[in-house]
Amino acid sequence: MSTASTPGAVRDAAGGPVKTGPSRSADRADPGPGTRTAYPLYVAGRLGGAAVSLLAVLVTSFFLFRIIPGDPVSTMTHGAPTSAAQLAALRKQFGLDLPLWQQFTDYCAKALTGDLGTSYQFHAPVGELIMTKLPATLLLTGVAVVIYSALGLWLGTRSAWRNGGLGDRLNTGVALTLWSVPSFWLGLLLIIVFSVGIGPVPGLFPTGGMESGDTTGFARILDVAHHLVLPVLTLVAVGYAQTLLVMRSSLLDEMGGDYLTTARAKGLRDASVRRRHAVPNALLPTVTMVFINLGHVAGGSILVETVFSWPGLGGLFYQGLSVPDLPLVQGLFLVFAGAMIVMNLLADLLYPLLDPRVGR
Amino acid sequence: MTSADPSTPTPSPLPDGPVPSPRSAVPSAASIVRARRRASLIRFWRQYRTHRAGLFGLAGLALVALTALAAPLLVGGDVQSVTRAPGKALEAPSGQFLLGTDQFGRPLLGLLIWGARISLTVGLLAAALSVAIGTLVGVMAGHFGGWPATVTMRITDWFLVMPTLVLAIVLATVMSRSVWTVIVAIGVTSWPTTARLVRAQTIAVESRPYIERARALGGGHGHIMTRHVLPNVMPLVLAQTTLGISSAILTEATLAFLGLGDPTIVSWGGMLQDAREAGAVSSGHWWYLAPPGLAIAFVALAFTLCGRAIETVLNPKLAVPR
Repeated sequence: MSTASTPGAVRDAAGGPVKTGPSRSADRADPGPGTRTAYPLYVAGRLGGAAVSLLAVLVTSFFLFRIIPGDPVSTMTHGAPTSAAQLAALRKQFGLDLPLWQQFTDYCAKALTGDLGTSYQFHAPVGELIMTKLPATLLLTGVAVVIYSALGLWLGTRSAWRNGGLGDRLNTGVALTLWSVPSFWLGLLLIIVFSVGIGPVPGLFPTGGMESGDTTGFARILDVAHHLVLPVLTLVAVGYAQTLLVMRSSLLDEMGGDYLTTARAKGLRDASVRRRHAVPNALLPTVTMVFINLGHVAGGSILVETVFSWPGLGGLFYQGLSVPDLPLVQGLFLVFAGAMIVMNLLADLLYPLLDPRVGR
Repeated sequence: MTSADPSTPTPSPLPDGPVPSPRSAVPSAASIVRARRRASLIRFWRQYRTHRAGLFGLAGLALVALTALAAPLLVGGDVQSVTRAPGKALEAPSGQFLLGTDQFGRPLLGLLIWGARISLTVGLLAAALSVAIGTLVGVMAGHFGGWPATVTMRITDWFLVMPTLVLAIVLATVMSRSVWTVIVAIGVTSWPTTARLVRAQTIAVESRPYIERARALGGGHGHIMTRHVLPNVMPLVLAQTTLGISSAILTEATLAFLGLGDPTIVSWGGMLQDAREAGAVSSGHWWYLAPPGLAIAFVALAFTLCGRAIETVLNPKLAVPR
C-alpha cells in the first residue's frame, strides 16, 4: 500500500488548484479492475464510468445554479424594479414555471443536443460562443502542455538520475518555487517586463490578444506565435513542476530494479541504461498524467487567458463571472468538467495498452 | 495532531496498539503512552532537522505567522481605511512609504502585513475543513467497507475528476461574497485526495494483527477508529494538511484576484486585483505588483517545503532532496 500511495503523495504535492488540481493519482496506482479482465470488458467498464461521471456533472451544474442563488429571475433583473407580470413572463420564457424535475430533464435533453441556453450579456447561444472561442484555448493549452511535459520529463529524468546532487536540488528547488507562484501574478510581471518594458528594456512582445489583425498567410502564423510566447511561458513556468516531480519519483522507484543491475552488468553505458531501460518504465505514470493535465489545464488557463486577454474559453469564463452571466458560466463549467472526464477516460484506456501488466 | 505517533509507514519496533480503553486504564498506562509519544516526537524532530529545505520552510512560516499576529501592533487596524490614508495615490517607494502607496494613498507595506492575516486564516481554515472531511470520509470508508464505502468512494472519484478551481470559482460566484464563502468553496472542493490517501492507509492499518486483537477484546467500531486507526493515520493527515494549506492559499489569492473574495478585506490576491484595476500593468508600476505576489509565493513555498519534509520523514522512499 505504501508503494501505491508514494507517487500519489508526490503528485498531490504538486497538484495545486491553480495549476492542475489533484490528479486521479490514487486511481493511477491501481487502474485495472482485475488482472484477469479482458481489455474490451475493461473498456466497457471505463466508458460506463465516464458516462456516470458526465451525468453527475450535469446534475451538479443544474442544481448548483438552480438551487443556490435563490430565484434565478431576480438574479437576472439584478434587483431592478420589475412588475410581477414581467417576472412571470421571464419565468415562462426560461421554463422556470415548470416543476423542478421537468426543468431538469429539459435541461439534460437540451445539454445533450448541444443547446446550453442563451447568454445574458452576449445575447447569443452559449454553445456557439464556446465553439468560437474553443480553438484559441486549444492552441494555447496544447502548446503549453506539450512544452511543459517535455521539459518536466527531461529535467525529472536528469534530477532522478543524479538524485541528491547539486543539479537535483537546484532543479527541484526552482520547480517548487515556480510552482508556488500565482500564475496570474507571473503573467502580469512578464507583461510589465517584456511588453511594457522596464527602463532601457523595450517592449518585446505584445501585451495581449492573439493576433494583431492586419496580417495574412505565413505572417499571420508568425504573428500568432509572437502573441503566444508570454502566455505559454507563464503556463509552462508554473506547470512543469508537476511533471518533473512525478517523473522524478517514478524513475527513483525504478532505480533499485534488478534489471538495471543486469543491464549494467552486460556492460551497457550509463546513458543507454537510462534511456533504453529505466526511462521507458518510469514513463508510464507520467504519460497518463499528460492526458490528465490536458483536461486540467483548460480550467487552469482561466487566469492566464484573463491576464493576457487571450480570446479563449478562460477569458470568456471570466467575462461571464463578472456579470454574473449564469448560463454562460454553467455552460463553460460543463465544458471544463467534460474535458476532464474525457481526458481521464483516454488516460484510462491508454494505460493498459502501454503497460501490459494492467487491466488484462 | 502533533501528539500523534509519526512512525506509521515504517512499522515501529514497539507494538503500536496497547492503548487500553480509558476506564480500565491502570494509572501507569497513560504515562507510558505519553512517554512513547514524546519519544516518537523527538525521533520525528531529529529526522526532520536533517532536511534543510524543511527547516527553511519552518523558519519562513514562523516569520510570517509572527508578522500576521503582530500586525495590529506593527501597522494598526486603520491601515485598511481608504478615508484616513496617509499618502498620495500611487506614490513610488520612498523613505516614508517603503513599498509605495496604492491608488487610495494607503501604504503598501502596511497592507501587505495586514494581508498576511487573511491569507493565513483562509489557508489554515480551508485546509482544516478539507482535511477534516477527507479524513472522516476516508476512515469511515476504509473501516466499514461494503457498499456504503463503494458509493462513498464513487462520489470521491467524481469529485476528483471535477476541475477543482472551476468548481471553487462557481461556488464562490453563486454564494454571497465573504471570507467564509471562500473557505467553504476551497474546503468542499479539495478533500477527495485526502479521502483516498486516508482510506488506503486505514485499510493498511486495519489489516495488522493488533486490530484483530482489539476487536477480540471487545473494541467497538468507534474505539477502533478513534483509538487505533486515527493515531496511525494522523501523521499522513498532517503532511497532507501542510501541503493543502499552500494550495488553499494559492486558491484564495486566485479567487480574490477574480473579484470573488470579500471586497472589504485586504488580501494579497485582492491587492493584485486592485493593482491591475489601477493600471499598474500598463504604466509599469512593478513595485505595486511585485510584493503581494512574492508574499503569496513565499508562504505557499514555505508550506510546501514543510509538507514535503514531513512526508519524507514519514516515508523515506520518497527521497526528497534535503
